Amino acid sequence: MKFGHDVWHGIEHVFVEQSLVAAFAVVGALILVSNLAAKRFTKGRVHGSAIAIVLGLALAYLGGLYTGGKKGIADIPALAGIGLMGGAMLRDFAIVATAFEVDVTEARRAGLIGVLALALGTIIPFLVGTLTAVAFGYHDAVSITTIGAGAITYIVGPVTGAAIGADSTVMALSIATGVTKAVMVMVGTPLVAKLIGLDNPRSAMAYGGLMGTVSGVAGGLAATDPKLVPYGALTATFHTGIGCLVGPSIFYLTVRALVG
Amino acid sequence: MIVLGVALLAACTLIGVYLGDLLGVALGVKANVGGVGIAMILLIVARLWLSRRGSLTKGVQFGVEFWAGMYIPIVVAMAAQQNVVAAVSGGPIVIIAATGSLVLCFGAVALLSRIGRRDPGSPEVEHGGSVIGGQADPIVGAPPAIPAARRG
Repeated sequence: MKFGHDVWHGIEHVFVEQSLVAAFAVVGALILVSNLAAKRFTKGRVHGSAIAIVLGLALAYLGGLYTGGKKGIADIPALAGIGLMGGAMLRDFAIVATAFEVDVTEARRAGLIGVLALALGTIIPFLVGTLTAVAFGYHDAVSITTIGAGAITYIVGPVTGAAIGADSTVMALSIATGVTKAVMVMVGTPLVAKLIGLDNPRSAMAYGGLMGTVSGVAGGLAATDPKLVPYGALTATFHTGIGCLVGPSIFYLTVRALVG
Repeated sequence: MIVLGVALLAACTLIGVYLGDLLGVALGVKANVGGVGIAMILLIVARLWLSRRGSLTKGVQFGVEFWAGMYIPIVVAMAAQQNVVAAVSGGPIVIIAATGSLVLCFGAVALLSRIGRRDPGSPEVEHGGSVIGGQADPIVGAPPAIPAARRG
């Protein structure tokens, strides 16, 4: 009994001390299992990475329930390295690295579509978000704008809300909308990829600009087809900045003019 | 040298994020505007410049491509630390706003991807897919010039 406890304690100690290394091992094991499952149960029709991402989200849910924290499974001390490995720093580093594989002529040819997609990808979610807010009984311009901005991405929501002075419950709602969208993009993209023609660099650039949320796009394209990743990321990374630009300014002023 | 590739990637990322911050300040936004995108463009330019000079060595290439190959594992780690509990327990307003914008945006992707002619797809794009997908072996039928660097 005592011995068993010591062994467990020792393993936990190593995981805490070697957090990033432990994360590499855990994520590697997760991907190995996912690839086997993809081959065995779906005959390769579903990407192993799609299964791995869904498993990751499921673990994040369990971790969140267990710890009551906001960082999924990374809130468990022994798995804190997942937080570093999948955090914004390494995520952005890896996204930039994918640019090394970009076919420049393809990217240039789709440039205009990317810009158009960025504009639509900011306006459409904002409209849907604001209309939903109004339908649920919000009448003040600040709350409506903040919830609408949350539908753009979960960063645009709180940045906009903070800039125009939204209260914390509306902020939480706005962030939750953005996070839900990101999760749905990750899971939904491989399911609809064929239907929306997401199989070439051109449509990937449109997709990146329209979906926006970097984590959603990063996950969605990884689960669909890795070759599309750099093209989608190229446009998606401008999305949050543009949202933060127009959210508290043009969008807020427009909403205020409309609802008084 | 492999570390030079990693350092090149790091330098591009740092410069890009810095320029994104500057752009944010210039526009009066409390956020980074396109920092990662700028970094990606810098890396593309750096690759073209190096390969034109003939100094794009296997080591440099491996240093960058290793991180491109770590992309999917990093994304899986990212998924595992999302606040899924908040997403699931958000209530109807959250679900409707998120689903609505998602469906409309998927529709817009379908429309936009029909503009212009369809690309047949280039070997360079396919090669990129195998690197980012984390495959260490050259894909069959790939152009012979590039896969030589696979084993670093």
